[in-house]
Amino acid sequence: MTQLTLAKALNAGLRHALADDEKVVLMGEDIGTLGGVFRVTDGLKAEFGAHRVVDSPLSEAGLIGTAVGLAYRGFRPVVEIQFDGFIYPGFDQIVAQVAKLHYRSRGTVKMPITIRVPFGGGIGAAEHHSESPEAYFAHTAGLRVVACSNPADAHLMIRQAIASDDPVLFFEPKRRYHVKGEVDLDASLADAPPMGVASTLTRGDDVTLVTYGALVQTARDAATAAAEDGVSIEVIDLRSLAPIDYAPVEASVRRTGRLVIAHEAGQQGGMGAEIAASITERCFEFLEAAPVRVTGHDIPYPPAKLERHHLPDLDRILDGVDRVLGRPNSLSGVEA
Amino acid sequence: MTPSDRDATGLLTRPDPFVQLITPTGERVRDDVHDPWVRDIDLDVLARLYRDMVVVRRLDTEATALQRQGELGLWPPLAGQEAAQIGSARALRGDDFVFSSYREHAVAWVRDVQPAELLSVWRGTAASGWNPYEHNMAVPQIIIGAQALHATGYAMGARWEGTDTAAIAYFGDGATSEGDVNEALVFAASFDAPVVFFCQNNQWAISEPVGLQSKQPLARRADGFGMPGIRVDGNDVLAVLAATRIALDRARRGEGPTFIEAVTYRIGPHTTADDPTRYRTEPELAEWRERDPIARVLAFLEASGVDAEGLQRDAQAEADRVAADLRAAITTLADPEPMSVFDHVYAEPNSHLDRQRDHYARYLAMFDDASHEASGSEGGAR
Repeated sequence: MTQLTLAKALNAGLRHALADDEKVVLMGEDIGTLGGVFRVTDGLKAEFGAHRVVDSPLSEAGLIGTAVGLAYRGFRPVVEIQFDGFIYPGFDQIVAQVAKLHYRSRGTVKMPITIRVPFGGGIGAAEHHSESPEAYFAHTAGLRVVACSNPADAHLMIRQAIASDDPVLFFEPKRRYHVKGEVDLDASLADAPPMGVASTLTRGDDVTLVTYGALVQTARDAATAAAEDGVSIEVIDLRSLAPIDYAPVEASVRRTGRLVIAHEAGQQGGMGAEIAASITERCFEFLEAAPVRVTGHDIPYPPAKLERHHLPDLDRILDGVDRVLGRPNSLSGVEA
Repeated sequence: MTPSDRDATGLLTRPDPFVQLITPTGERVRDDVHDPWVRDIDLDVLARLYRDMVVVRRLDTEATALQRQGELGLWPPLAGQEAAQIGSARALRGDDFVFSSYREHAVAWVRDVQPAELLSVWRGTAASGWNPYEHNMAVPQIIIGAQALHATGYAMGARWEGTDTAAIAYFGDGATSEGDVNEALVFAASFDAPVVFFCQNNQWAISEPVGLQSKQPLARRADGFGMPGIRVDGNDVLAVLAATRIALDRARRGEGPTFIEAVTYRIGPHTTADDPTRYRTEPELAEWRERDPIARVLAFLEASGVDAEGLQRDAQAEADRVAADLRAAITTLADPEPMSVFDHVYAEPNSHLDRQRDHYARYLAMFDDASHEASGSEGGAR
């Protein structure tokens, strides 16, 4: 076991994938000589060469579109989108091409493309640098969407994403890039849980708290705080957003009867809506209260000095826990 | 003056010359630069190119008829663009990879795609008609210009692998305004990608004249991206063949991409749902009919002593046979199985879709039960 930051764990996973399969190529803006603006690809160009770790012109559609052509040729491209808010120029190539070509070609053309996206806020960044666009992609048939939350998962999940024959949107919690954790660099993919499987992090009996990405740590902290207050929370890190591994969520809700979903993205049409609806359909008779969503507001991402009023934090999550438990909370006395 | 000089909007600033080896009336133009590239094209080979063009025009006519008769949902005719497509496609090697739009029926013909496979998409029985790897031709692209990037990526990969395989991207004048095409030109130039950008300037993007896409001849744009641009008479199959061979040779030698503007004309509507009388004039159409890509080759062959009447008769007979085969194949094409709607969304098992598939199968099965209960015999409604 080695102590690595999440960024270094991703770097190790990418190195592993490059070494394992010569068809793996990394492409992106500033990923080669500079090693990426977050240094996730640091040193890989020097190690594998400019044809394996490719500094590209500044064009997200160009990056994704050429990755499609490379996939046609049998490559497994790994594209870095520099920041979440920069993905939209590549949106058409992702939803109209990457997502559909396996279907359109009746399974003859594989699109094993991994699109890495540093996502989320909390770093005091400029406009367009703090967004959570995951729901757009979870809504798109043909894509898989995953989000890692810790170094050990990051190291394995990036390798699993690259090895997948389906295209994967790989969301990286950028404000946790520099947080360290235990990583087994020799871990084999064969023994690792599939990236599509959710992970139950804390056992609890009163409330099921589901989240992903950077908020996983916030949720754990909330569970610790709630425990001091006598409330037992089961925290589930979804890891995969498309498809969602509902089995552990269902099992948990059948015990707790109460569900809180937290994410940084806005509420309307978000992952929380999908999860609340699906769990209501599957576990209606077990629910003691309506599922509660704790999310970013439905606003453009605000200026840095306001982002703490946008991002769910420990206290807002606990307020949601109070709501689902029917304890005094911010909305007490307000008609639903 | 060349055909493309005349422009419906008057936006083009001045005419540029283009490469032309056979004039509309069938005279051979001597050209020291381009003749060496088609020295091997003797009268027999030219006659085969003629037959190609006659057959694909017949296929196109048959497809339009099939649409009018309700056998196809839609059809985008290629009429008028036979030389641009046959000339360029016949320049390719088998291992080169084609990324086309939705109108490259003649290119598909050259790549040995079965006409019924080609039409299955327009009948609505399949999302695509063929396995791209059996023909080295990608599934057709409806999103305008998107395939230019795919061709570029493919070519980058071929170059990184150390092969001399090339890719070719087919698109129209309208696509040159799309970001994807411009971004493809940037990537291709930066990475010396062995790709040919083959732009069929057919003068119209549905109702919009080329002058709305560009103030200057399209081939001139190549210079700004750092690659050669060739402007060729797209209705001259020999000139198109020469230009494409030059571009492919550059690609194979590692010198990077080339942009070809093939100046041609879409004689028919954009698709069978279009009405071109709303935006263009009969005299314009008549003028372009005089520059027909097929008639000029026949005229040249006849002037060269070939039995033109016999050639014409044989070609037409072959074309009619292909059209009859197509009609028989397409009208008997079975509708796909309902549950196949879920096939190939993902390459790997997907828990969400598997559940949805299972639920829909249960729903459909209700009708089986109902029909059994109602009649207990054949003919139960589904």
